[in-house]
Amino acid sequence: MEFRGFVAVKDVTLSVNEGTIHALIGPNGAGKTTVFNLLTKFLTPTRGQITFKGADITRLKAAEVARLGLVRSFQISAVFPHLTVLDNVRVALQRPSGLATQFWRSSNALSALDERAMELIDAVNLSSYRDLTAAELSYGRKRALEIATTLALDPAMLLLDEPMAGMGHEDIGRISDLIRRIAKNRTVLMVEHNLNVVADLCDRVTVLARGEILSDGSYDKVSQDPRVREAYMGTEHE
Amino acid sequence: MAVGTEYLAEQPKLRTSAIVLGAIAIAALLAAPFFFYPVLLMSILCFALFACAFNLLIGYVGLLSFGHAAFFGGAAYFTAHAAKVWGWEPLAAILLGVAGAAVMGLVMGFLAIRRQGIYFAMITLALSQMFAFICLQVPFTHGEDGIQGVPRGHLLGLIDLNQPLAMYYLTLAIFLFGFFAIWRIVHSPFGNILKAIRENERRAVSLGYRVDRYKLGAFVMSAALAGMAGSTKAIVFQFATLTDVQWQMSGEVILMTLLGGIGTLIGPIVGASLVIALQNYLAASDFPVLVLIGIIFVICVLLFRRGIVGEILEFTKRRSKGAA
Repeated sequence: MEFRGFVAVKDVTLSVNEGTIHALIGPNGAGKTTVFNLLTKFLTPTRGQITFKGADITRLKAAEVARLGLVRSFQISAVFPHLTVLDNVRVALQRPSGLATQFWRSSNALSALDERAMELIDAVNLSSYRDLTAAELSYGRKRALEIATTLALDPAMLLLDEPMAGMGHEDIGRISDLIRRIAKNRTVLMVEHNLNVVADLCDRVTVLARGEILSDGSYDKVSQDPRVREAYMGTEHE
Repeated sequence: MAVGTEYLAEQPKLRTSAIVLGAIAIAALLAAPFFFYPVLLMSILCFALFACAFNLLIGYVGLLSFGHAAFFGGAAYFTAHAAKVWGWEPLAAILLGVAGAAVMGLVMGFLAIRRQGIYFAMITLALSQMFAFICLQVPFTHGEDGIQGVPRGHLLGLIDLNQPLAMYYLTLAIFLFGFFAIWRIVHSPFGNILKAIRENERRAVSLGYRVDRYKLGAFVMSAALAGMAGSTKAIVFQFATLTDVQWQMSGEVILMTLLGGIGTLIGPIVGASLVIALQNYLAASDFPVLVLIGIIFVICVLLFRRGIVGEILEFTKRRSKGAA
């Protein structure tokens, strides 16, 4: 991927195996979010190929990729701030249930989605906040809501961009458990700075630095790699 | 921006009072021609509908169109031509205007919808200026003269619309139909997605929504309803002229909506009433009406940015929150 001649990521060959939790880590500016944007087609690659479940998705549009079941979250929490928690999740449920284009019906028709929406909201422990607007939630709860909204699409693969960023200890534990639970029958690719979380959750780790892959493998293997240690020196390594 | 209506819908108490207020408003509108000059009222209704249609786009999708005059004035030409030259029944002529505006909306929207913010506004402005130029050149619009002496005709061949009251009640019915259509669209599953797109477009895309199609859908609906206002105006005033397609008209509808309150359902009605009433009362005096409207606009932007209705809703909301 090049931005006006600046090569943001190059020669990144990343393969994520079905049913695993895969972490993408690396220092700031390594290109992690760019990789996410490329995979979900928010950016178009200059060269290269992206395949998902065997199909070439390199030329698809962002919305189409999402429809195939490859759904992302964002680094900056992506909720619909002035909609309630319930409405946030219902927006995601509307499209698969064919309730998104009906402009002649009352929005009361959406109550058909309430049951499923509440299940998802329950799963992230937000039931008592269902009628608050998303803007009124704490940061950690916004992230939880975002995950509930993403799960509403029942995606085969989730891309989570720093799901733990800015979270307190309790929230981290809760979201970790949630990710472990949802990963049972899905594939997860996550960017995460908290290496404890990565060590704890992820089956495989890819380290990215300056737009190139530095190391790839299990957390133990990667964390022993001298190049990785060097790239992280004085930055985020604990 | 759109807190107003959602807030109303969520509060059962306020909802009943909104229904009561609505009933009173409709009763007042039914009685109005016995107290006010019907032509003025009809003018207000037409422009109020125009502003409501415009507001559907800016208030609920967040798209600022600077070309809505093309739909308003274009529909007026289609209707006027159908009624005068082809001798169509007035309602059929209005429907033709609405359909014409919808097709224009589809074309203009298709070209503009991929752009955002000021670029969207500029493209709509450019396209509507092109349309205004076409209207100046083609023979059927009669250039500077416009289409004059459009017959009001008989509604469904039965009711003589030359009677002011009959014309007024038809205009009122069309206005109410348009207003409730907008209300329905805003509070529909589709409207919910529009709100989501306005709130966070990238997120809507990542949930698999082809946001361009939703925006285009809203654009066409807004254009069709703006056309309905223009068509009705052509029948009421019995003419269609270049004034209605020029950019000043696009600016005027923005002013009305801004003044009343963007993203509130009744704001555009209040704004349009105010502007039209002012224009009407000051038309006879020496005072330059444009100066006064300019001053009001500046005050509005400086002091109450939510518009008149927006500020009132915000005030009551804050008070009820403070009381709770």
